[in-house]
Amino acid sequence: MFSHLLPEFLVERRSDRCIKCRVCERQCPNGVHHYDTELDLMFSDESPCVGCQRCVVFCPTNALSVYPHPTTYRPNASWTREKLQDLKKQAETGGVILTGSGNDKPYRIYWDHLVLNASQVTNPSIDPLREPMELRTYLGRKPDTLEVEVCGDRVSITSRLSPNVPVETPILFSAMSYGAISYQAFVSLAMAAKEFGTLFNTGEGGLPREMREKFGQNAVVQCASGRFGVDPEYLNSAAVVEIKIGQGAKPGIGGHLPGEKVAANIALTRMIPEGTDALSPAPQHDIYSIEDLSMLIYALKEATNYEKPVSVKIAAVHNVAAIASGIVRAGADIVAIDGLRGGTGAAPKAIRDNVGIPIELALAAVDRRLREEGIRHKCSIIAASGIRCSADVVKAIALGADAVYIGSAALVAMGCTLCQKCYTGKCAWGICTQDPYLSRRLNPEIASQRLVNLLRGWSHEIKEMLGGMGINAIESLRGNREHLRGVGLEGWELDVLGVKGAGE
Amino acid sequence: MRPQISERYLPEKDSQACGLFGVMNTAGERFGGEMAINAMANMKVRGNGLGGGFAIYGLYPEFRDYYALHIMFERHQPGAKEMVDEFLADHFHVVYDEVIPTNKKATVLNPPVVWRYFVSPRRHPEEGNNLSDDEFVVEKVMHINTRIDGAYVFSSGKDMGVFKGVGFPEEIADYFMLDRLYKGYIWTAHSRFPTNTPGWWGGAHPFSILDWTVVHNGELSSYGTNRRYLEMFGYYCTLYTDTEVMAYAVDLLMRRQGLPIEVVSGIFAAPMWDIIEHMEPERRELYKTLRMSYAPLLMNGPFTVIVAHHNEMFGLTDRIRLRPITAAAAGDFVFLSSEEASIRAVAPRLDLAWTPPGGEPVVARLHTKDYLASLTRAV
Repeated sequence: MFSHLLPEFLVERRSDRCIKCRVCERQCPNGVHHYDTELDLMFSDESPCVGCQRCVVFCPTNALSVYPHPTTYRPNASWTREKLQDLKKQAETGGVILTGSGNDKPYRIYWDHLVLNASQVTNPSIDPLREPMELRTYLGRKPDTLEVEVCGDRVSITSRLSPNVPVETPILFSAMSYGAISYQAFVSLAMAAKEFGTLFNTGEGGLPREMREKFGQNAVVQCASGRFGVDPEYLNSAAVVEIKIGQGAKPGIGGHLPGEKVAANIALTRMIPEGTDALSPAPQHDIYSIEDLSMLIYALKEATNYEKPVSVKIAAVHNVAAIASGIVRAGADIVAIDGLRGGTGAAPKAIRDNVGIPIELALAAVDRRLREEGIRHKCSIIAASGIRCSADVVKAIALGADAVYIGSAALVAMGCTLCQKCYTGKCAWGICTQDPYLSRRLNPEIASQRLVNLLRGWSHEIKEMLGGMGINAIESLRGNREHLRGVGLEGWELDVLGVKGAGE
Repeated sequence: MRPQISERYLPEKDSQACGLFGVMNTAGERFGGEMAINAMANMKVRGNGLGGGFAIYGLYPEFRDYYALHIMFERHQPGAKEMVDEFLADHFHVVYDEVIPTNKKATVLNPPVVWRYFVSPRRHPEEGNNLSDDEFVVEKVMHINTRIDGAYVFSSGKDMGVFKGVGFPEEIADYFMLDRLYKGYIWTAHSRFPTNTPGWWGGAHPFSILDWTVVHNGELSSYGTNRRYLEMFGYYCTLYTDTEVMAYAVDLLMRRQGLPIEVVSGIFAAPMWDIIEHMEPERRELYKTLRMSYAPLLMNGPFTVIVAHHNEMFGLTDRIRLRPITAAAAGDFVFLSSEEASIRAVAPRLDLAWTPPGGEPVVARLHTKDYLASLTRAV
């Protein structure tokens, strides 16, 4: 079919450097590069190029450059190149435009409008290289009061406590299911979480049996609308059980793992026949109201003997604060909130780019509402979406989060370049694919080490920032908006964030 | 639930440094104010003349069964006293009241009128008997402090009282003639060095509710976290000082929940996780649970606090000891001070003087030697 689409990227090859080693040809899953044996020449067809930069990085002679295609329509602030291309795509196919990864539209990124505090004179900053600096966080419900019995020197606790799970750094890996991502990527996340003492999230695709004993204690296992892979052993192997209600990238809609990706091991893990589509309905069909949610929360607690915190993950939508309050009252021990910029393996572009609210505002609103209702301590809050660096983590905690989930950042650490083509299953980096030729590229030993390095680097930076504020334990930053100031924000935004403007 | 205004509009926290002193006779003998006053004069540089105050226990033995209310009235709001009198008459039996005598020659600026009332609760039938006397008094004190402009309750405990104001502590002592008129078995004192607020007589220390008083030297970096947690339990800050947060936290954990300071110190100045991990199993479980459950009440950043109530006075510093405290003992006297020099200045013959480590409370209790517990772990 004759397509009206312009290519997205331009591939430039410097012939003076190219040695025709054909690495680019082998590395590209989209067939951009091609070697003509008769002419002894490399050719490129840029139209399928997704700009993942795999060939550029792997070219041994730096002969390749890939950059946005300069061909453009007449510039138009309203009818942008992207809008026109989408129109043409739909005119040609009549389908829903799919995309992957997180919202890339220029909504205000509040992290970039918040600045942090530091100690000067009236209290000392603390040097994390010389003094202890603590990031350990306990996730779960805390009691209203702690009853103790004092008997001479001995003090014993008589209150009944809810289960809590410690993490050594307030950074967890977001839900990314086996099936959406490759086995290698999935194992890499598990290995890194275990090594660093934090948690990874299985997503809704189950936890392969062979991983349960080794990695269960570092796993948040999801129970989502498709109920894939959920059985008592799965639930009991985990540290935390999470009910997935929504996802920031696609609030209100379900998921669809195409049958061609459901290979033997994925089928086994998800408990579905090989080669069948794994469809996650938009809602959980046993949860049409808050009391239904409560019943599922307690069903899962029963199934796990009340030994594991139960988390409920929702997408940040307009009345997120009231919803979160209901979730806590329904019995959840953790509320995970996924904002506007949360990632996905596949979502309709119209949804990804237009539904939900920014996590910063949602988080501040939820934290405030729970405090006003006197129930903030009854749950931990995990904030997710668009956490790009350690400073974002610090700001999220100051806005009220106990911890954050990182997805995209972890993927980037493993190799991802946010080309947004996750839904094609042809990830050149071996992350978001089930093609063994591609997924083999990701070595879990190496990828997990990159993830551990990321956690270590961020943790060091968080300690530096905490020390600067004169704080030596992360819990003293939680909800501590006194350490934040807004720059370039409007009054209503500061009001919602509960943060003063800089200089105020 | 409170009115829905954004936290953005809450006032900035007050920031200050200070000098503290406390002395207790563990045999319960009452003594005069010379030691406390002279010790504060010795630490003059720790204050800047914008706040000083004293708390005295065993102050009114003749009225020991009545709540002693020390209430200040701003001179520019003459209607305040009338409103308070009316309010008190409505809710209390006032057995005696008088203006607190002052030294007209003392050098203090713009002093308010300070009045003392000895009262017992008068319950209206419709109020029921749900509240204990203490809670009843707390509620009425909060009412006066937040609803009656120009009036502020310095203290509200039985057989104790707080004297405070804007000035150096020795000036306040001179103004209220503490050295001449009063005796007690515990004296705590405070000298203030605020960096960002003008002095206000009600804002000086000690900070008090019922018979609990707090003098505090510190700058809590965790203030925002602490304050937000306390709000969930009905403590709304009105002064925006670290001390207020500290006092409310003491009230919540110690008075309302009845936790002993030995436990509370494991919350305010929680041991490091590394240290907790090396404790024997029972203690490990206790400290882990305390820290986990009360994480928002970890007082992070430099602080020293001296808290007193009947029969007990204790001092505590933050967990990495960023603010100083020295303890000493001489006979039945136990001393706590920001500086050892000020103790030696007023009690040259000491049996013992020691520096407790961060997070280790020094607890002086009537008729016990509990204060020695911290000696073995002294720095």
